[in-house]
Amino acid sequence: MESGLREISYVDAGVEALREEMARDESIVYIGQGIGPRGGNFRQTRGLWQQFGDHRLRDTGISELGATGVGIGAAMAGSRAIVDEVFLDFTLEAMTQIVQQAATAHYCSNGKLRVPLVIRGAMGAIRNAGAHHSHTFYAWFGHIPGLKVATPATPYDVKGLMKTAIRDDGPVLFIEHKALYNTKGPVPEAEYLIPFGQARVVRQGSDVTVVAVSRMVSLAEQAAEALAAEGVSLEIIDPRTVVPLDRETIAESVSKTGRLAVVDEAPEPYGFSGEVCAVVCEHCFGRLKAAPLRLCSEPVPNAFSPALEGRMIPSVDRIVSGIRALVLSSRSETCRTQ
Amino acid sequence: MLTAVGETPGVETLKSLYRRMLELRKFEMKVREVYRSGILPGFVHLYVGEEAVAAGVCLHLRPEDLVFSTHRGHGHALAKGVPAREVMAELFGRRTGCSGGRGGSMHLYAPEYGFMGTNGVVAAGIPLATGAALSAQLRGSGQVTVCFFGDGAVNSGSFHEGLNFGAVWNLPVVYVCENNLYATEMAFSRATKNPSVASRAASYAMPGVEVDGNDVVAVQAAAREAIGRARSGGGPTLVECKTYRFLGHHEGDPGTNYRTREEIEAWRRRCPLSVLRERHLAPAGVDAGWFAQAEKEAEAWVEEAVEFARNSPEPDPETFRDHVWA
Repeated sequence: MESGLREISYVDAGVEALREEMARDESIVYIGQGIGPRGGNFRQTRGLWQQFGDHRLRDTGISELGATGVGIGAAMAGSRAIVDEVFLDFTLEAMTQIVQQAATAHYCSNGKLRVPLVIRGAMGAIRNAGAHHSHTFYAWFGHIPGLKVATPATPYDVKGLMKTAIRDDGPVLFIEHKALYNTKGPVPEAEYLIPFGQARVVRQGSDVTVVAVSRMVSLAEQAAEALAAEGVSLEIIDPRTVVPLDRETIAESVSKTGRLAVVDEAPEPYGFSGEVCAVVCEHCFGRLKAAPLRLCSEPVPNAFSPALEGRMIPSVDRIVSGIRALVLSSRSETCRTQ
Repeated sequence: MLTAVGETPGVETLKSLYRRMLELRKFEMKVREVYRSGILPGFVHLYVGEEAVAAGVCLHLRPEDLVFSTHRGHGHALAKGVPAREVMAELFGRRTGCSGGRGGSMHLYAPEYGFMGTNGVVAAGIPLATGAALSAQLRGSGQVTVCFFGDGAVNSGSFHEGLNFGAVWNLPVVYVCENNLYATEMAFSRATKNPSVASRAASYAMPGVEVDGNDVVAVQAAAREAIGRARSGGGPTLVECKTYRFLGHHEGDPGTNYRTREEIEAWRRRCPLSVLRERHLAPAGVDAGWFAQAEKEAEAWVEEAVEFARNSPEPDPETFRDHVWA
C-alpha cells in the first residue's frame, strides 16, 4: 500500500476523525447512549471516553428526544455538538427537535443563531435485526430545508465526510450503514476533508449510469463485474452527500450514457431514488434512451426471517437483471415522447 | 443588591419592577389593538396577567444569561432586554424586527440579548435550555439559563427528558413553569392527576418550589434563590408560578368558552400590578402622581415602538433564500 495509506475499518475511520476533531476543537461535545466507557454499541466511539473523559463524552440513558434537544441547545449556545442516536431508527424519537428546532433556528433568527450540530445514526438491514432497527429513511431529512445529509459508503469517505460534517456550522445528518462498520478500505493517515456536494465516480463506464447509496455501492460494483462479462459497461456514481447533491456529476454521466439506474436500500415510494430520477429528467431528458430505473427495497417493513427480508432488499442478482432489462429495452434508441 | 431570601427588595427596585410590568402590560394591550386592526400577520398569544413572572425572574439575570421562551413570549423577550421596537417590528413582519421578519411572534430570536427564542412547539425549549446550560458548564462561562414553559408542557416527554438531563448533569438551569391553569382550552386539572407542578421536581431529585406568580416580590425571591443555586454550581430548580392569563389563549379566543367570568374576575382582582401597588408601593408612600407618570411613560415607550414598526420596511423578497445554510 502507498505510504501513509492504511487499510482500516469503516468504524475505525470514524473514530479517527472524531479523535482528531475533538483534539483540535475543545468546544466539541459528544452525546449519546453507550458512547462513553462502552465505546458505542458499534464501537463507533471506541477509546474516545478514555481520552477525553466524562466532560466531553456525555453518556446518556435512553432518552433521544431529550439528548437531541440538549445537543441542539448546546450548539445554539456556543458548543459544537455531536448527538449519536446509534441507530438511525431512533432519530424518530427526536424528530421534532431535529426538524422543528435544529433545521429552522438559523433561518428564523435571520442568521443570528448557528446550530453547529452533527446527528449520527446507522441505517440499514443487518443480521435480520427486524422492523424497528433497520430503517433507511435518510431521504426524509433531505426533504427538510436546513439539513445536510451525508451517507458515506467507504472508510475513506467516513473520515473525510465526518470532519466536514463536524466543521459545518449547521445541522448535518451523518448516516452510516450498520453492515459497513466492519468493512475495510484504504485511509490516509494524514488529515483530509471531503467537501459536501462532491460525488465520487466509483467506476467509469459507458452504457448505464448507476447512482448508488451507502451499502448499495458495493452491490452495484459486483453487478458491474457481472454485467461487464455480458458487454454492458456501468458507470457507478456514489453521491456521498444526499444534501447537497452533486447534480452536475450525475447529469454529466447520464448525458454520456443515456441511461439511469438508481440503487437504494430505502423503499421505492417517495424516496431518494425518485429524486435522482426527477433531477435527471429535468437535466438530461433529451439524452435519455430509456425511462430511469429504480432498484430499491420493496415497500414492506423489514421482516425477521431471512427468507422474507431477502426478498425485500436489492440483491446483486436483482440489480443485474434489472439493468440488463433496461439495456435490452433501449439499445441505441433515444427516448421518444408519446 | 439583595441579600437574604425572603427579604423584600427596596422601594426603588420595587418601583422599577412595577414599571417593567406596566411596560409589558401596555405592550401587549397595544399588540392586541394593532392585531385587531388586521395588520399583523400570523397569530399572537398575549401575556396579559402574567407579567410578574417575567419581571421577577429576569430581575436577577445578567445580560449574558440565556432565556428560552414559549409561544406566549413577548413578556419574556422584553423582560430579558430585547428592545421594544425590535419585538414590535418583528410582530409587524418588518426587516428591522429581531428576526428580520422571518420569525414573528413564535420565532423571536435575539441572542445578542441572551434571548434564545420564543417557540411554536410546546415544551421544545426545555431540552434546548438544558443544552444551553450544558454548553455554559462546558465553557465554564458562569451563565445561567432560564427556561419558561406553561402547564401545558409538563406532561410532555420533553419536560421529563429535559429535567432529567438538567438534574443528572447538575446543569446551571432554572425551569420556570407559568401555570396559568389552562393549556389552550384544556384545564390543567383535567389533563393530569397531580395538580402540583412543583412536586414533579422530586422525580428528578431537584428542588421544586411553588410561588404565587402574581406577586412579583415572591417570584423574584424564588428566582433569586434558584438562579443563585444554578450560578454557584448547585444545579437546577423547578419553580412553579401560579398565575393566570386575563385574555384568551390567542387573540381571537375570547377565553370565556372554557373559563367562567367569575374565575377571570377573581384573578383580575389579583392583577400583579395591583398586588405590587397595594401590598408594597402604596404602603411605602409611593403616590398617585408617580403611578400616573409611570402610565404615561410606559405608553410613550410602547408608542415609540409601534411608530418604529409602522415606519419600517418589509424584508426584501429577494432575500427569502438567505440563511437556510450557515
